[in-house]
Amino acid sequence: MLRFAVRRAAGMVAVLFAISVIVFLIFNVIPNSDPAARIAGKNANPALIARVRADLGLDQSLPVQYLTMMKQIFTGQLTSYASDQNVLQHIISGLPITLSLCIGAALLWMALAIWFGYLSAVHPGSFTDRTLTVLALVGISLPVFWLAAILLYYFSFKVPVFPTGSYVSLTKDPAQWLYHLILPWITLAVLYVGFYSRVLRSNMLDVMNEDYVRTARAKGISERQVRLRHVLRNSMIPIVTLFGLDFGAVVGGGTILTETVFNLNGVGLYAGQAIGKLDLPPLMAVTMFGAFFIVLFNGVVDILYAFLDPRIRLGEQAPV
Amino acid sequence: MSPILSVSDLRVDFATDGGVVHAVDGVSFDVEAGEVVAIVGESGCGKSVTAQTLMGLTRSPNTTIAGSVTFGGRDLTQLSDDEMRSLRGEHIAMIFQDPMTSLNPVYRVGDQIAEMIRAHRQVSKKDAVARAVELLRSVGIPNPERRVRDYPHEFSGGMRQRVMIAMALALEPEVLIADEPTTALDVTIQAQILGLLRTLNRENNTSVVLITHDLGVVAEIADKVVVMYAGQVVEEAPLEALFYQPRHPYTWGLLGSIPRPDEPRPERLTQIPGHPPSLLDPPTGCRFAARCAYAFDDCAQPPPLQSRSDGGHLDRCWLPGDVTAGSR
Amino acid sequence: MSEAPLLEVTDLVKNFPIKSGVLIDRVVGRVSAVDGVSLTVREGETLGLVGESGCGKSTLCRAILQLIAPTSGSVRFDGQELVGRSPRQLRPLRRQMQMIFQDPFASLNPRKRVGQIIGDPMQLHGLADGTDVKRRVQELLDRVGLQAEHYNRYPHEFSGGQRQRIGIARALALQPRLIIADEPVSALDVSVQAQIINLLEDLQREFGMAYVFVAHDLGVVRHVSDRVAVMYLGKIVEEADSASLYSCPRHPYTHALLSAVPIPDPRKNAARQRITLEGDVPSPIDPPSGCRFHTRCASATDICRRDEPSLVTDAGHSVACHHPL
Repeated sequence: MLRFAVRRAAGMVAVLFAISVIVFLIFNVIPNSDPAARIAGKNANPALIARVRADLGLDQSLPVQYLTMMKQIFTGQLTSYASDQNVLQHIISGLPITLSLCIGAALLWMALAIWFGYLSAVHPGSFTDRTLTVLALVGISLPVFWLAAILLYYFSFKVPVFPTGSYVSLTKDPAQWLYHLILPWITLAVLYVGFYSRVLRSNMLDVMNEDYVRTARAKGISERQVRLRHVLRNSMIPIVTLFGLDFGAVVGGGTILTETVFNLNGVGLYAGQAIGKLDLPPLMAVTMFGAFFIVLFNGVVDILYAFLDPRIRLGEQAPV
Repeated sequence: MSPILSVSDLRVDFATDGGVVHAVDGVSFDVEAGEVVAIVGESGCGKSVTAQTLMGLTRSPNTTIAGSVTFGGRDLTQLSDDEMRSLRGEHIAMIFQDPMTSLNPVYRVGDQIAEMIRAHRQVSKKDAVARAVELLRSVGIPNPERRVRDYPHEFSGGMRQRVMIAMALALEPEVLIADEPTTALDVTIQAQILGLLRTLNRENNTSVVLITHDLGVVAEIADKVVVMYAGQVVEEAPLEALFYQPRHPYTWGLLGSIPRPDEPRPERLTQIPGHPPSLLDPPTGCRFAARCAYAFDDCAQPPPLQSRSDGGHLDRCWLPGDVTAGSR
Repeated sequence: MSEAPLLEVTDLVKNFPIKSGVLIDRVVGRVSAVDGVSLTVREGETLGLVGESGCGKSTLCRAILQLIAPTSGSVRFDGQELVGRSPRQLRPLRRQMQMIFQDPFASLNPRKRVGQIIGDPMQLHGLADGTDVKRRVQELLDRVGLQAEHYNRYPHEFSGGQRQRIGIARALALQPRLIIADEPVSALDVSVQAQIINLLEDLQREFGMAYVFVAHDLGVVRHVSDRVAVMYLGKIVEEADSASLYSCPRHPYTHALLSAVPIPDPRKNAARQRITLEGDVPSPIDPPSGCRFHTRCASATDICRRDEPSLVTDAGHSVACHHPL
């Protein structure tokens, strides 16, 4: 267990380092990305630009710039080029919003996916199965921003059932918090429900042909128990792995479009704005934040996997 | 004394994309209380399908089952799914071929045995697991108190098969169906498992229906032998009668093609030319005729399964009695 | 019959390292799959190799053919050392040693036609090309009991026995002098087994190649072999000509193995004195000290627990035991 944790931590450090270097280098290669020019304004003369550059430390060599930026990140001093705000503060304030969005959507999509996948698998080829399959494919194909816009249009504008966006803090007013998040949750969940229900269906159909399911039936336990305790339980193992990875990716940056359309001031929105302004500090910070989450969840998933599948226990002995 | 299990003219058809497969085509045999009946045949002969049909495991929308399986005065093929389910495990139990995949890898062994017990009896989880410990002990697993909490992958193949046997016998069923229980095991482990099955059969008077392709295994523990070919029974006899006075050419072929370490080495093994017929479209006459060295005109008609003289020895062959009697 | 053996294996060892470690994997143990095996095979002879799962016979086959690199030891084919040769140097010798595999369903490339499966090796080694290939492949198909028109079919269109015949044709394509057959009939039905065994024997009579025949079925091994070697946990515990091994086994394991095989003869079965071994085959990761069989041996004594017996040969019958029967 210790060995596992140490390896994972070492891996995380390596990944974060690699990502930070890559983002930094890419940013320095993009045309029009000279922040000094943007900050100095449209009609700036070269002298002004040069002074801004010196101010921001952009006249230093690349490795020095990189190290300076890394130092700033870790001491919480990182400041945006565009707005002079502290990047870390901004991210911290956006985090609860993004997490509310992601966790809610995740619960929704897992609940629906398991339900739909299970129904499809126990009656394969039936009308239910075919309908759910079509729905799943539609869900996977809908672009997120289009869906968000459509939902807003119909359920907020034409028929004012839901608010048009923005966020209400959970601590301030739980009912409003929920109310404002319903459409965003649906938007984010639709893609994943489709995908996960298909994967679950496929896993369950495979597991149903396994020998131990036949043994379970031969024991005379009820069909429902066979389906839940033997088939579903074993089919969930790969689903949990996928979920961990997807959730990490969603938190780490998959919410950009949803937050933008619904005007939720989370980390995703912040990242979107930073991209638009080619503002390196927030971009760097958000990317590393995303990478951190993904690697973290990778590790969590691996540990969880060991709990779910005893064959993968970390540290095994030969069978006796 | 009436048999504990009586199969009569069992037919099982599977509807597939290529047509209807007549996997079992008129199989009949009886199992007496405490008897070990071996069903022998090669792959595709229908022996596994027969075994699974006895348990009701082949029921599905694509399957048509005809004939009858009489147990405890009832025809199992006519029972509802629920009634069949309540019989499984409690009165008729089954163990399968591959012990490596026949147990659920994510649950402890004790819990899987307990699950079976609690499906049929009102007992607490604690009591069920305690009973599981006793069962593991009775099948020769050392340290059962500790091992009951282990997962299947922590057992070797032979030990897993013992666990399967323990689980199958938990509720003291009258009939145990064993589908190739030792095929996947090493020969020294096979000897242990067969010994265990024989002991349990003698001590508890449990009838055993043993499916196998290995005539050595049959000689080891069977009381009666049923030979299947292409979905039908071609010969049925008490153990010694089958080995010392076999009557069907297929049985001769099977016995002749086994290399015997205890006898002088033959120059060439007897081989049965060709391969079994398709069950999609079986031949109309005798199904073995195409591969039989003794086939003659009458074989164009399907021969019935009947006894020639003494009761208890049946065969499905047109050859006259004197030819078949002088075969060995 | 030539003086020098065709195949000479001396002290062959194959270990698989077990790695563990916090950050960097370190080798913490070894699985000694093959632990000092020596054997010889003469031209045209059949050596049978028996043992149960985990004894290392499959690893041994692959190590002999250099499909996996041996950890140490020597393999001499026709006097030439194979261990340590580069793949390029091995190539001309590969022609002369071929393998038949156990699983007829897994050992043929499902995407290739039968003609390619058998013909490609010929082209690769420059034995034939162009239209000549097809002719020779069809000759081989005929020789193994298939039809010429099977040339264009795919493996999945054949039964297990037929696929094994294709595997045999493939092994024959290069006219090898040695064929290692790793459980070639274990996955087949009894009647089909007999067909394949007879075929292998006919081919040996016709082409004169040597076989190393690996199987766990003792009856099959005795039938096909001139000499038989018994393996247990990576070592050879007994070796003799097949008649002697089966009539008077000298190692307790061989004796137990023979007694465990059920004979298709009820009276003989019942009359036999059976030895049932207790327990399971120990793991090759942590083999028992001294004689590896001592944990399951009824006649084990102190010396057996301490000292590993070496293989002692007496009139062509070798046995590694402190108290041979």
